[in-house]
Amino acid sequence: MTVSTTTSPDTATVTTSKPTRVYIFKRFERFWHWAQALLIMGMALTGFEIHGTYALLGFEDAVFWHTTAAWTLIGLWVFAIFWHLTTGEWRHYIPTGEKLIAVAMFYAFGIFKGEHHPYKPTQLRKHNPLQLLAYLGFKLAMAPAIWITGILYLYYNDWAAWGLSWLDLETIATLHVAAAFALVIFLVGHVYLTTTGHTFFAHIKAMITGWDEQE
Amino acid sequence: MKSLREIIFHIGNSLFIAYLALLIFSLFSNPASAAVSKGSTADHSKFEELKGPFKSGPEVTKACLKCHTEAAKQVHKTTHWTWQFKNEDTGQLLGKRNVVNNFCISTQSNIGACSSCHVGYGWKDKTYDFTVEENVDCLVCHDKTGAYDKKKLREGKTSMLAKSAQTVGRTSRTSCGACHFKGGGGKAVKHGDLDPSMDAPDIFVDVHMDADGLNFSCSTCHTTDAHMVTGSRYTPKAQDISGIDVPGKSDGSRATCVSCHGDRPMKDEKLNDHTDRIACQTCHIPHFARGDYPSKMVWDWSTAGKMNDKGKPFSTLDQADNEIYSSKKGDFVWQSNVVPEYRWFNGSVEYTLPTDKFDPSKPLEINRFKGSADDPNSLIWPIKLMRGKQPYDTVNKTLVTPHTTGKDGYWKTFDWQSAITKGMEIAELPYSGQYGFVATEMSWPIAHMVAPAKEALGCEDCHSRDGRMTDIDGIYIPGRDANPWLDIGGFAILTMTVFGVGAHGALRFFFNKRNNKA
Repeated sequence: MTVSTTTSPDTATVTTSKPTRVYIFKRFERFWHWAQALLIMGMALTGFEIHGTYALLGFEDAVFWHTTAAWTLIGLWVFAIFWHLTTGEWRHYIPTGEKLIAVAMFYAFGIFKGEHHPYKPTQLRKHNPLQLLAYLGFKLAMAPAIWITGILYLYYNDWAAWGLSWLDLETIATLHVAAAFALVIFLVGHVYLTTTGHTFFAHIKAMITGWDEQE
Repeated sequence: MKSLREIIFHIGNSLFIAYLALLIFSLFSNPASAAVSKGSTADHSKFEELKGPFKSGPEVTKACLKCHTEAAKQVHKTTHWTWQFKNEDTGQLLGKRNVVNNFCISTQSNIGACSSCHVGYGWKDKTYDFTVEENVDCLVCHDKTGAYDKKKLREGKTSMLAKSAQTVGRTSRTSCGACHFKGGGGKAVKHGDLDPSMDAPDIFVDVHMDADGLNFSCSTCHTTDAHMVTGSRYTPKAQDISGIDVPGKSDGSRATCVSCHGDRPMKDEKLNDHTDRIACQTCHIPHFARGDYPSKMVWDWSTAGKMNDKGKPFSTLDQADNEIYSSKKGDFVWQSNVVPEYRWFNGSVEYTLPTDKFDPSKPLEINRFKGSADDPNSLIWPIKLMRGKQPYDTVNKTLVTPHTTGKDGYWKTFDWQSAITKGMEIAELPYSGQYGFVATEMSWPIAHMVAPAKEALGCEDCHSRDGRMTDIDGIYIPGRDANPWLDIGGFAILTMTVFGVGAHGALRFFFNKRNNKA
């Protein structure tokens, strides 16, 4: 197992000393994460306004910002997919059953007893197996669902030209909103779980600096 | 070198002279009194035939027809002349001669009075000969003096005829408006989007007719060939799919917005995407009766006939001098800046004619705009919904055509029974002898008084829970519509998640403290 103890990620040297800090999240990954967080929260806010849940910016501005954020995020994802493929980072999302039960048991019981997290992130496996499954679900199910329905929603007038006139707007809109609910619920769980590190802000700090401080 | 004072003096002098010249020029160049209308090759004041004096309207028409040999024959073919219209889609025979409305109700027995708005002379009753050429009233449309008055002419006052004949020209807002701004028996009564403020409207009342701007006349859009005016209320073009009209590639009519603007005229493509289902008028005429006059919204005939203390008919005015009660006509409601109602409309209108039976237990739609979300030819249109109560035959369950005008009409006798009997007799319709009052509704398309673009509806006027599209069904409108089960389920799970993580956190906090103590 290789971990870094140097302060500069670019000149990381590999040692086998006792791990204290691990460089987990690369610079692009952190940028991607926070930009995506901002865009998704913005889209949730404007999206539910478009849905009619409340009035905040006004429908016209809400649509403008929702659409702008959507295209920006799609652009970001094109880069992110490229980055994952070229760097081999995609391997972090290969599902594994190893320690899966242990991690689940930890969040259900162990965490209350002051037990240590059964999983330690490394540069080869930065996510614990439960977390990995959740993110995989986000990437392979939630995100495509909301994007496909969103793009169809946006291009409603071109359905006939695309040979999709059998679709109906109510179905697409309903699926889009359903996916949005799933994303917002994911977000609540995700944000809460950031507080479950060895300190309250440990995970957030790791996502900002890239360094995971381990006990 | 000239001093500064001198220069200023000279400039001032020149400006003053220019101002005087302008003033004199404007005094002698009033377009309304110009003998030659713009672009005309003929000065009608030089024609021997038009010297007059004329003793009657038909005499003027005879003079016109000496040169305009086909004019009367052309007019004879128009709805303006026949007051009859065959709707080829529904097979119904319509036109003012046949339909009933919920304003003055019917022309049949009252034609002597109603024909004051006919483009002809002498229509008093059923015996009128529609083939007489000199009975076409040329001046009612082509007079430019503004002094031509059919009512005065009927009283035998003919002094204005020669002057009118010598100065004829194209139709104008004023000449069309002489009838169309006063439909239903008074200013702004009937249409809601046509009233005398359009004689010389400003840009806020009508962007196209703006007298200081584009200055359109009615015929700028209602293009006319051989006296056949385009744009019909009986079969309106609800959706113009022919695009911008250019010679060789057009339907020859400019009586739709699309004729000039095309179907994607806006800068924002998402707005343009709306034109497949929404008429331009829906957003661009956000209110009707936007001019100086309120429109009549309700006419309740059932309360007519009350007398004052002296046993005389009376009328009541509101603070703005609108008649809100008349013994002759009943109760009225007037409104300005009215939010239209909205309907799916494919251009087909079905009437309840006096021969059609109906169910009097619910409001009767005297005319019904056909169309639906499933019909690709339907657009969402703004309408004025005119509500009223009017007499009907309680046994035959049909509308009646009461005789209201003349010595033996309701407005003199205040006796419904005799008025209906007489009216139905002249209309040759069966009447059981039993009458009552039925609530009625009529739809009038709103297509005029187009507002400046910045006054058009905003998104949330329709994209909101209680917006303007509340009554429009068959279509999913984001912001208005939502799957209730999804919302309930979604928010329930979201709430449970928030409570779930809250509880998890609280437990962590609690156990953490206890573990630390231990």
